[in-house]
Amino acid sequence: MTMQSTIFGVFATLLPSNLPAVRCDAQGDDWLRLAKELHASAARLLTLWGADDRDRNGSFRIRAAWLTPDGLVIAEHRIADTERPSYPSLAELFPSAARMQRAVFDLLGIRATGSDTRGWLRHSGWPEDVFPLRRDFDAATNYPAQPTPYAFVPVEGDGVHEIAVGPVHAGIIEPGHFRFSVVGEKVLRLEERLGYTHKGVAKLFQGTSQKLGHRLAARISGDSAVAFSWAWCAALEAITRTVCPERALHLRALALEHERLANHLGDLGALGNDAGFAFGLTQFSRMKEDLLRANADLFGARYLLDYILPGGVGGDPPEYAVAQLLHLYRELADGVTSMRNIYDEHAGIQDRFRETGRLAPDLAEKLGAVGLAARASGIASDLRADHPWPPYDKLAPKVVTQTSGDVAARAQVRLDEIAESLRLCRALLDGLSDGPVRTNVPPAEPNRAGIGLIEGWRGPVAIALETGPEGTIRWCHAHDPSVQNWPLLEYAIIGNIVPDFPLINKSFNLSYSGQDG
Amino acid sequence: MKLISLVRQCAEVALAIGIAPLFAGWIAQCRAWMQNRSAPPLIQPYRMLHKLFHKDAALATDASPLFRATPYVLFGTMVLAAAIVPSIATDLPFARAADAIALIGLFATARVFTALAAMDIGTAFGTMGARREMMIGFLAEPALLMVLFNAFLLFGSTALPSLVDGYAAHRSGIDPSVIFAAVAFVMVLLAENARIPIDNPATHLELTMIHEAMLLEYSARHLALVEWASSLKLFNYACIGFALFLPWGIAIHGADGTGALLVAVAALIGKLVVAGAMLALIESVSAKLRLFRAPEYLATAFLLAVLGLLVHLLLGANTIA
Repeated sequence: MTMQSTIFGVFATLLPSNLPAVRCDAQGDDWLRLAKELHASAARLLTLWGADDRDRNGSFRIRAAWLTPDGLVIAEHRIADTERPSYPSLAELFPSAARMQRAVFDLLGIRATGSDTRGWLRHSGWPEDVFPLRRDFDAATNYPAQPTPYAFVPVEGDGVHEIAVGPVHAGIIEPGHFRFSVVGEKVLRLEERLGYTHKGVAKLFQGTSQKLGHRLAARISGDSAVAFSWAWCAALEAITRTVCPERALHLRALALEHERLANHLGDLGALGNDAGFAFGLTQFSRMKEDLLRANADLFGARYLLDYILPGGVGGDPPEYAVAQLLHLYRELADGVTSMRNIYDEHAGIQDRFRETGRLAPDLAEKLGAVGLAARASGIASDLRADHPWPPYDKLAPKVVTQTSGDVAARAQVRLDEIAESLRLCRALLDGLSDGPVRTNVPPAEPNRAGIGLIEGWRGPVAIALETGPEGTIRWCHAHDPSVQNWPLLEYAIIGNIVPDFPLINKSFNLSYSGQDG
Repeated sequence: MKLISLVRQCAEVALAIGIAPLFAGWIAQCRAWMQNRSAPPLIQPYRMLHKLFHKDAALATDASPLFRATPYVLFGTMVLAAAIVPSIATDLPFARAADAIALIGLFATARVFTALAAMDIGTAFGTMGARREMMIGFLAEPALLMVLFNAFLLFGSTALPSLVDGYAAHRSGIDPSVIFAAVAFVMVLLAENARIPIDNPATHLELTMIHEAMLLEYSARHLALVEWASSLKLFNYACIGFALFLPWGIAIHGADGTGALLVAVAALIGKLVVAGAMLALIESVSAKLRLFRAPEYLATAFLLAVLGLLVHLLLGANTIA
């Protein structure tokens, strides 16, 4: 792509990113027309967010980002009406936009016309006519909680009743509410109610120093700390045209793969446990623990929190790291192979996993599934292979897919990705060059936007940001792949029985914190 | 009624109440070892009971007296059951009052109370658990009856002590029908005691629970009694199994001096150790069945028990006693 070009007849400019990315000005009807063209060309909606630019040019702005085979396309739509700001909804074309649009309304008061008007993130934390992400809102304001009823979609029929689960659960897990409409044990409909862990991260980012943003990013969803902080750093480094040292990039990729390994190992154990096979949990937990201890020893943090910093990484692992890691990878590979044989040959586990929580490939396509869940439903999309950024451009990662879309498929993708991750880790260690692990990142000029996109273990993690004056951040939008994938669960459960829900839920293992923001 | 048999009866019940949590602790320990975990101490269940008895009970606002009474009813029925099952001796005054069929009725009473108490609160989980428990119950009870009929056919009595006495009097080798019945019994035991593959006592996932879902609203002393009753139930089932299939060592009527009783206690502990390890093994190697496979599972148990009956009749054996 050249510096100036057009996308479907809309003027476009390059946007700083670790991937090929363009920004187009989609005013008026262009907004919907562009979305339609992108929909027709099978682009997937990555994220959608809004910003309050009234102080700059008296308007609100709504932005949407799509992934196309050529790279990232970001559309910007200016909304001049600041009294009742609105824009045409994209949910008809891209169902995953629905919740993002509802979140945008709760935070900024910009309404998507012709869409679901129920709140999404607001709950009772602030009044209906107050919009916390607007620039004139003081983040220190407190409002008394005023619980308001939420209109779940009712299901009527003979013998249909509702089971309400959460937000407080019997185990120690994140809060989310699930409303099942069931006949006997069969689920007719599931409706999710999320937003209980909304922390106002986007508001917190406003005015934060560019030197500290990666720390906040790492804390959006703790199990994806590496992906989020790398995405943040990638955006800032693209804006400031910083080139990280080769060694730092390798170490970052190593950290990202370790994060994937740790989560996959944990999930596979938990899947066994949810099927009543506690042996699986203990074995996979042990392997995960070995990895976490190696992380703590070599990188300074079990979950690699704050290891990735702007310009590089937070430390050079000691001399003995390579030998220790190669030994660990060998042990993990052996352990996972043994466990895989047990899972594959265990009639009880296979009976629970197969045909449970099936998400058919065409439905996954239609709903805009991303990441691991999409790959288990036959959609071969992985940023590491589709748009490899350094150092993945030299590694040729293999995209793992399954087509059955059930719990077994999602378990299988995890098992295969562990093998592939271990291969990548070995290759990364093999190609580890000498040199510094961090370079200086100059303060960015004000009003420069950029986007960082990293394939985390769940799927693509995106951070879009714009710089403010004096080394601050004007706005920052963080996107967790869970946003797209939470609705998949509502479809995967249909026709299954209630006691299989925890297993299906675990097979997706989506982030509450990441989606709630 | 001789005083000595009353003393024996009381000793047996006291032993059952005291040893039941230990049996649960032993199974938990075996499970941990088999899964390569370091095990909780054997007395962990007692610690739990101690902790729970020292907490203040929280009750749901809508709880009726039924909800409050149920833990005591549960514990009472399980203690009564322990008095009927000949775990160490057969000369039990209480056992004459009720035969094995009444015993099943006793367990059913406990089940009905648990289910009613669970629905009493009106939470979705309680009702869900009660519904599932009743489904398991009405499938498990016929299977258990069939298992008992096997033994009844052999010894011509429906009282467990007479079965043990009869067995001791006629050591004539193992009747093949017993093997079918024993397998069926183990299957029923697992289902009735909320264990894998039917239920998972260790789960925290409220949607998958059967037994636990009914207890979610209980706390403190109520929960302690319910938990204790659960371990007593498991202990009673184990002892029914021993009486039916492994009656060696139980002090029989007429030969139950102090020495015989000590032997009986030692034999009981030995059998519990082995049975606990076997249970833990079964639980460790199997996954939980999908809920709707439970009917198939219990139908299999029923079928095996019926097969036992058929084998017995086909082999032309008459009752031994």
